[in-house]
Amino acid sequence: MDDSEKSERAGMKGSSERPAPYETLSGLPVKPLYTPADLPGFDYEAKLGVPGEYPFTRGVYPTMYRGRLWTMRMFAGFGRPEDTNARFKYLLEQGQTGLSTAFDMPALMGYDADHPRARGEVGKEGVAVSTLADMERLFEGIPLGEVTTSMTINCTASVALAMYLAVADRQGVSWDKVGGTMQNDMLKEFIAQKEWICPPEPAVRIVVDMIEFTAKHVPKFNPVSISGYHIREAGSTAVQELAFTLADGIGYVQAAVNRGLDVDAFAPRLSFFFDIHSDFFEEIAKLRAARRIWATVMRERFGARRPESMRLRTHTQTAGVSATAQQPLNNIARVALQALAAVLGGAQSLHTNSYDETWALPTEEAVTVALRTQQIIAEETGVPLTIDPLGGSYYLETLTDRMEEAAWAYIRKIDELGGIVRAIDLGYPQREIADAAYRYQLMEDRGDRTVVGVNKYVMAEEKPINYLRIDETVELEQIDKVKRLKASRDQSKVERRLKQVAEACRNGQNLMPVLIDAVKDNASLGEISDVYRQAFGLYREPIIY
Amino acid sequence: MTERKVRVLVAKPGLDGHDRGAKIVARALRDGGFEVIYTGLHQTPEQVVATAIQEDVDAVGLSVLSGAHNYLFKRVLELLKEKGAEDIVVFGGGIIPPEDIAALKAMGVKELFTPGTSTQEIVRFVRDHIRTAA
Repeated sequence: MDDSEKSERAGMKGSSERPAPYETLSGLPVKPLYTPADLPGFDYEAKLGVPGEYPFTRGVYPTMYRGRLWTMRMFAGFGRPEDTNARFKYLLEQGQTGLSTAFDMPALMGYDADHPRARGEVGKEGVAVSTLADMERLFEGIPLGEVTTSMTINCTASVALAMYLAVADRQGVSWDKVGGTMQNDMLKEFIAQKEWICPPEPAVRIVVDMIEFTAKHVPKFNPVSISGYHIREAGSTAVQELAFTLADGIGYVQAAVNRGLDVDAFAPRLSFFFDIHSDFFEEIAKLRAARRIWATVMRERFGARRPESMRLRTHTQTAGVSATAQQPLNNIARVALQALAAVLGGAQSLHTNSYDETWALPTEEAVTVALRTQQIIAEETGVPLTIDPLGGSYYLETLTDRMEEAAWAYIRKIDELGGIVRAIDLGYPQREIADAAYRYQLMEDRGDRTVVGVNKYVMAEEKPINYLRIDETVELEQIDKVKRLKASRDQSKVERRLKQVAEACRNGQNLMPVLIDAVKDNASLGEISDVYRQAFGLYREPIIY
Repeated sequence: MTERKVRVLVAKPGLDGHDRGAKIVARALRDGGFEVIYTGLHQTPEQVVATAIQEDVDAVGLSVLSGAHNYLFKRVLELLKEKGAEDIVVFGGGIIPPEDIAALKAMGVKELFTPGTSTQEIVRFVRDHIRTAA
């Protein structure tokens, strides 16, 4: 009997199978049993190797969590800058190790609080920031040289970076000590998160300006966090998330190389961000496959020589879409399992969602449970004691290989279309995601996919939960503050600075130095965004559903 | 004379880019036999109402996940009234807490769907509650 026969027989022993979808959440088939026969000719060195070395499958650092635990970084932002500042300080007191900022929709879309398009949205989905004064209040009493900050902001990320560096200057912290991450991934905005000002080409140019600037002047800063999270949340499969994210990464590296930057000068500071959904093994396999593909791409396609350029460091977040409004406490269990998968997958940083986020932004109590979940994994379970503890599992290694192959097929397809910007223009990733999202919803509606508390184990009566309310006066207060600042500043200076920004947009010089001057003279986020609108034009999305 | 199909405008008002739900609902309503127009993202309430009137729809479904629902639903209702189009039924969905749901319904929003709603429920709602204008 050969190995494959053995495997078949072992899996078929016993009684017949209960009816269930025998496939991963992404639709990859799952066999009853995995054995060495599933990994013929498995080359340990080529596929796995040593942690901290090419191809980094087992982890990006030689010691992984024995050297340093992942960063516990809870995404926070609501109301006025001082409200979020208080939440930041609370989280640091509770043992969180890095900050992560959520901005409100007006800031994310390039409008000041006093703009008519901001009505009803100020401080609602994140913190309201229009000017440097707001940014200073946000980081009041937080030493920027000691705490790293992640900022989830994209089409206005250049302005946020300028403001952050201006705050560092005012705190007397030199830029070489400033660490943190800007999400700043515009390609995935067009694909999934849908926050934009101008079309993809100028948007990528601004991203490359930031990559170039930070590589020279803010060496500990990650200028872009290439994000699969939003792609997955928009409804993609795990394979699509993996493939489109890496294709976006290829897009940025290519654009930076085209500008004449040396790949090894900037690639070490590129970072990633993945969603961790509910299919436990698939998510672990996804992170391992991501590391292997990226290492290959950087070495083979871009000729990187430094190992740091080839290693995919990633932030992770538990899947917001998997949370249910029904029986919300069940979300605590979902988040714990997803967080465990992130850690077993070797993440560098993790945000755990709060159980009440299907109702509103999280309360302090809910955030605390989410943070404690990470601390329990870190300090009670023993999981971080050894590196890549599931490495060598027949199932996990097979799944890692399958996901890698499937992702490469997408990457090749995007190459054939002419690269990711062209693929976005054609609506290719957008359509793939919309189709996957619809398929998934229908499976859920038919009960082919169980969602506990929603389509199975439903309770007729549910206890109401306590949730966070944002005071409606926050908006009026912010509008007033922005208006007063605009009335009191030196207007001629602001106009001169905005002209310099417009000039830099047109002549192609790096935008960052003029942006820093502009925000220091109180030019606002909305005003600078207006300059972008004028210089680069507005993006119009292809409507695909 | 054959009755024309019920027409529904699915709209994303405000700055919020979360369009997964809106697109799924648009597709499910289309597959459910209704005529569907989807506005795309980042619409002002004025744009939504102008499209609703221009396309002569029977209902507007608003999707808001950014927390700005109180302002946006109210504004759309006000504008429909101003234009004499209050016969157009307004419904919607998103991350909307129970208190706000009660207030919005009292204001005239016909129905609000929260996370976990199946597409069949929404199709059934439109079938049972939306009629074509006479």
